[in-house]
Parts: sequence; structure tokens; C-alpha cells
Amino acid sequence: MTDAHVLIVDDEAGFVETMAKRLSKRNMTVFKAYDGAEALARLAEHPEIQVVILDMKMPGKDGLVVLQDIKEQFPLVEVIMLTGHATVPTAIEGIQHGAYDYLMKPCDFGILVNKIMEAVALKAEHEEEAVLDRVGDIAGRMA
Amino acid sequence: MHPDQKSTYDKLSRNIALVVITVSIAPLILVGGLIFDQFRSIYRAKTYSHLAEVVDKHKDIIDTFLREKLHEIQYLDRAYTHEQLTDNAFLAKILRGMQQQFGRIFVDLGVIDESGRQIAYAGPFDLLGADYSEAEWYLDARNRPASISDVFLGLRQSPHFIITVNNGSGESEWTLRATIDFLAFSHLVENIRIGETGSAYILNGKGVFQTRPQEECGPMALTPVSTVHYPALKDVTIGFSRDDQGEEYLIVSAQLKGGDWKLVYRQRSSDAFSAMTRTEYVTLAIFLLGGLAIVVMAVLVSRKLVVRFRSIDRESEMLTRQMAETGKLAAIGELAAGIAHEINNPVAIMIEEAGWVRDLMEDEGKELASYGEIERALNQVSTQGRRCKDITHKLLSFARQTDSLTGDVSLPSLIREVVDISMQQARYAQVDFNLDLDHELRPVHASVTELHQVILNLINNAIQAMEPQQGGVLTLACREEEGQAVIEVGDNGPGIPAANLGRIFDPFFTTKPVGKGSGLGLSICFGIIHQMGGEIDVESAVGKGTRFFIRLPFAATAPNGENEKEKDHD
Repeated sequence: MTDAHVLIVDDEAGFVETMAKRLSKRNMTVFKAYDGAEALARLAEHPEIQVVILDMKMPGKDGLVVLQDIKEQFPLVEVIMLTGHATVPTAIEGIQHGAYDYLMKPCDFGILVNKIMEAVALKAEHEEEAVLDRVGDIAGRMA
Repeated sequence: MHPDQKSTYDKLSRNIALVVITVSIAPLILVGGLIFDQFRSIYRAKTYSHLAEVVDKHKDIIDTFLREKLHEIQYLDRAYTHEQLTDNAFLAKILRGMQQQFGRIFVDLGVIDESGRQIAYAGPFDLLGADYSEAEWYLDARNRPASISDVFLGLRQSPHFIITVNNGSGESEWTLRATIDFLAFSHLVENIRIGETGSAYILNGKGVFQTRPQEECGPMALTPVSTVHYPALKDVTIGFSRDDQGEEYLIVSAQLKGGDWKLVYRQRSSDAFSAMTRTEYVTLAIFLLGGLAIVVMAVLVSRKLVVRFRSIDRESEMLTRQMAETGKLAAIGELAAGIAHEINNPVAIMIEEAGWVRDLMEDEGKELASYGEIERALNQVSTQGRRCKDITHKLLSFARQTDSLTGDVSLPSLIREVVDISMQQARYAQVDFNLDLDHELRPVHASVTELHQVILNLINNAIQAMEPQQGGVLTLACREEEGQAVIEVGDNGPGIPAANLGRIFDPFFTTKPVGKGSGLGLSICFGIIHQMGGEIDVESAVGKGTRFFIRLPFAATAPNGENEKEKDHD
């Protein structure tokens, strides 16, 4: 399994801990945050983070706001939203704001892992495109 | 209906009727009474005036008659000498002449000397030499130059009265007398006949009849009751008297012969005012009929109004109950959502913890003797966790849809959801579902919550109908028919009798035992479906079962991605 760097953001500590252990066991590097502010701090500290698993319903900053902040400050980081059923419309709004996908809580672990891998691959693609764009830019300027 | 409510409506009906009756009849009584009173006074005044004139006219006629006859005798007295008048042959000649001139009004003529003896006589009786010295009329007449006596029987034993003229003085005093035919005189008064009981007679100063009273005028002994003030003719008095039986008489009288006699006209009040009484009866009958019509109309109108009020009240009560039902459903939805959310988090952690243990066991626990058992237990934890998840997701799905926002709804998915919710209830009632859903069916534009409510209601009814027979098959289908989406909910329960079939969508109609059904369910369904522009129908055969058909128009636009995506993740 690819060495993915994942940040889990959820106010439920029990969930974060267990999920972190299980993902770590699948060779992923897992970072943990328990609210939006902490999530942004982790992302700033660790630019290697590729995917964020973000809970929608958190005390303080709402998941949707955190998503917008992340996409603003770290546009290449992919976000998978975890949502309760009642916040599905919010999750859909999240996708419109650039989230990669959303999953209903409690989610199937296998599906989650697959989504993370897909997101990592997508991020790699985006980064490549970004690099090519930049190379193209530089080449254009040199020409 | 509750007895209290019934009495409230009865009271309202009664009050409206009373107000209408009072408002209508009060002015009728006032105006009618006023006109009636005016009519009575005018009619009475007219009657008095008419009778007074009649009496006054006859008083003049009688007075003139008496005066004329007196003048006649006075003329004889002056025109002829004592010698001539005491000559019987001459007297007879004069009498004949008078009778030729006036008819048989003058019966006889006589001359009486100062001792009261009749010294000359002409007439049908043998009265020459008759002694009148003790006769009352003679004693009364002697001291007056001329007089008219009261009516009396006298020597001839038949009613008559006498006109006397005195002549001379002292020793040579003599008196000329003439007898007036009673019948001729009486005729003057008997002419006055009005109505059935109205007639006249003459009384002297002592109250003795001077003419014959009519038989039909009733008993003569009367007690005066009242006098009417009638200033138009001052010689005439008008009053009322009563006989022994209490019968009231109208009495109109006038003085005759300078106050010696009295002309009396009497008539029973009931006869005198009979036309007025008739009018009174007619008026009263019209008034009573009018009053009756008003009362009947007031009662009918008030009842009709109250029936309308009652139906408005029932409609508003139904609306209130509908709103309460909807509100209750929304509250339940909110509660369900809260609970589901609270449970989801611990369940998620539980599932993940079980997963984590399985991860660990795969690495390190395979050597353990009880590895198989532990794995089975972990699988069980995961399975039950997923079951919890399914339950909470269904609960949330239901709760999320308790708002009545409309949108494009996929009927197969919606029916599936309702079936999932009802599965447990159906299992207890031993009811099997038979689903025939057209998954290609185009969406309809409706409120998910409301459609949920309708189908859930029909399913609940079907399950309850099949409960007593210990199970059955509940058919749920959706398909396209004649350009409309059709939902069919059928059971093979006992069916609905034809008599009830037409009323099952009426509010408050229920065949369930008291306390089991509000009777609002199907009427709400009916209202909801009609609001969506659809129709709801029922077919039923006793002993075979019942089928409900809901027809809804398709949505005009294509389905949006939201619903589809949600369903994928459910």
C-alpha cells in the first residue's frame, strides 16, 4: 500500500484514535486533529499531508467552513467528508466547494481506505499537472 | 358529537331564532298596536257621531211633532168661541176636518169645565160627561196654559196622551183637550232601527215608557257604566250601561219636551261595533299568521345557519387536527434525528474498535486456540454495528423528510423506504410484502414527507385490516398508466362493505373501535393527494380485499442528482 499521509479531523477522540491506528497499520502516516483550527495548524506543520478526513459536525468551526479554509490555504490537499445523515445536504455543498467525496458515518472501513487511495492518486495527478503548468510557464517565459 | 357541543349549537340556534323573532315581531307589535288603537278610536268616534246625529235629528222631529199638535189645539182655542166649542156637532166637524188634514193622529176632542167634567166631546168613545177632576193629567194641566201629558191608559184602557189648552179664569174657566193617537206617535220613534239590536224609545221624567220598546233590544233594567264625553252635540249624551248578564249597551239620549221626556237610543256594544270587531279579528288573524311565519322562518334560518357553522367548525377542527398531526410527525422526526446522531458516533467507534481488534488478531492472534471464536465474535460486533447503522440511517431518512418541501421524488425508492420502516410491524402481523415496482418510473413532483405519510398510512391500514385473520399479503406497486404515475396499495383482508366505501375519505369516518382510529387518516391522505394535483381511489370486495390507487402527475423537469446520490449511499 502506498505511503499515504492522512489527517483525521473529528471531535470524537475515540473515533480519531482507532481510525489512526487502523490506517497506520495499513502503512499510512496519520495525523490527528480534534477541531478545525487544529486541522489547519497540522496542515501548516506537515505539508506532506495528502488527504484530510473531515467530520462535518464539530463544535466551534463547522466542517464546511474548515473545508473552505483548507481549500483556500492548501488547494492541492484532497478532503473526504464524514457526515451524519442529517448533514447530507451540507456534504453535497462541500463537494461543490471542492471536497473529493463524502462518506456516511459509521462508514465501511474498506470503502474509506479505497477513497483515501483514490484521493491520494488524484492529488498526485493534480500536483503533476501543477508542475507541468509551472514548467510550461517557465518555458514560455524563457522563450 | 359531544353532548356539550350539541347543546352549545342548540343554544346558538335558539338565540339566533330569538333575536330574529324579537327584532322582527317587536316593530310589528308596536306599529300594529298603534295603528290598531288609532283605528279603534276613529271608528268609535265615527259611531258616536253617527248615532248622536240620528238621535238629535229624531229629537227635533218629535219635538216639532208635539209642538205642531199643541199649536193646532191652541189655534182651535183661539179661533173658536166657548159656545162653538161646546157644541158637540161643531166639535165633531172640527175633528173630522183635522183628521182629514193630519190623518188619524187626533183621536178625539173635548171641552172640560172648571169642575173637571167633560161638557163637550167628539170622538169614537162615549166620554161625554166624563169626570176628569181626579185624573192626574188634568190636575197637572189645570195650572198651565198649555200642556202635553204623559202616556197613560185612562178610561178607554188604551195608551194615549192628551194635549190641553186652558182658557178663561175663575168661574168661566174651561179646558180644550185633544187625544193623540199613540200608534202614530210611537211610529216616529220606532223608525229608528240600526243594526240588529239598535232601537229607540221615549221615557217620561219618572222613567215610564212613553213608546213601546222593541222586543229585541233586551232587558230594560240597566246599570250605567260610563259616559262618553262628546262635545259636538251638547243636547245629546252618550254612555254605556250593563244588564244583569253583563252585556254592555251603548246608550245615546236626548231631552224632549223641554226636559219632561227623554229620547233614548240603545244598542248592544257588540252590535254597534261589530264591523270594528270583525276588522279586529281579521287584523289579529293576519298578525298571528305573520308572527307564525316569522317564527317558522327564524327557526328554519337559525337551524340552517347553525348547520353551516357546525360544518365550518368541523372543517377548522379537522384542519387543526391535521396541523397537530403534521406537527407531531415533525416533532417525532426531530427527536429521531437527534437520537440517530447521538447513536451514530458510538456505533462508529464500536465498529472501528472491532476492526482494530481484528487487525491486531490477524497479525498476532492466529496462534491462539480461541482465534476462531474471537473472529466470530468480532464479525458479530461488526454485523450488529452495521445493523444499528441501518436502523439509524432509516430513522434519519424518515426524519429528514418530515419537512413538506416539494421536489422530484422517485416513487420506487420512496415506497422501498416506507416498506423498510413498516417491515417490523408487518412481521408481527404475519403480513408479507409483494412489491412490484417499476424502477424506470419517472419521478413525480411532491413533498417526500407527505407522500411518506400517505403511503405509511395506507400500509398501516392494510396491516391492521389483515391482523384479525392472522396474516396476508400486502401488495405495493408503482407503474405508469395513461401518462400518470400510479401507486397501488392492496391487501387481501376482509374488504370494506359497499355502504362504507363512499364515506371512507370523509373526516371522522371510522370503523375502528373507539380510541383506535381518529378517522382522520384517509381524509388527510385524500387532502394531501388532491393538493399534489393527484387522485386517490379505492376498490374493495368483501371477503377478497381492498386496493387503493393513487394517481400523480409526473414532474415536469428531469430528476436532480441529489436524491440519486443519497440513495446510493443509503
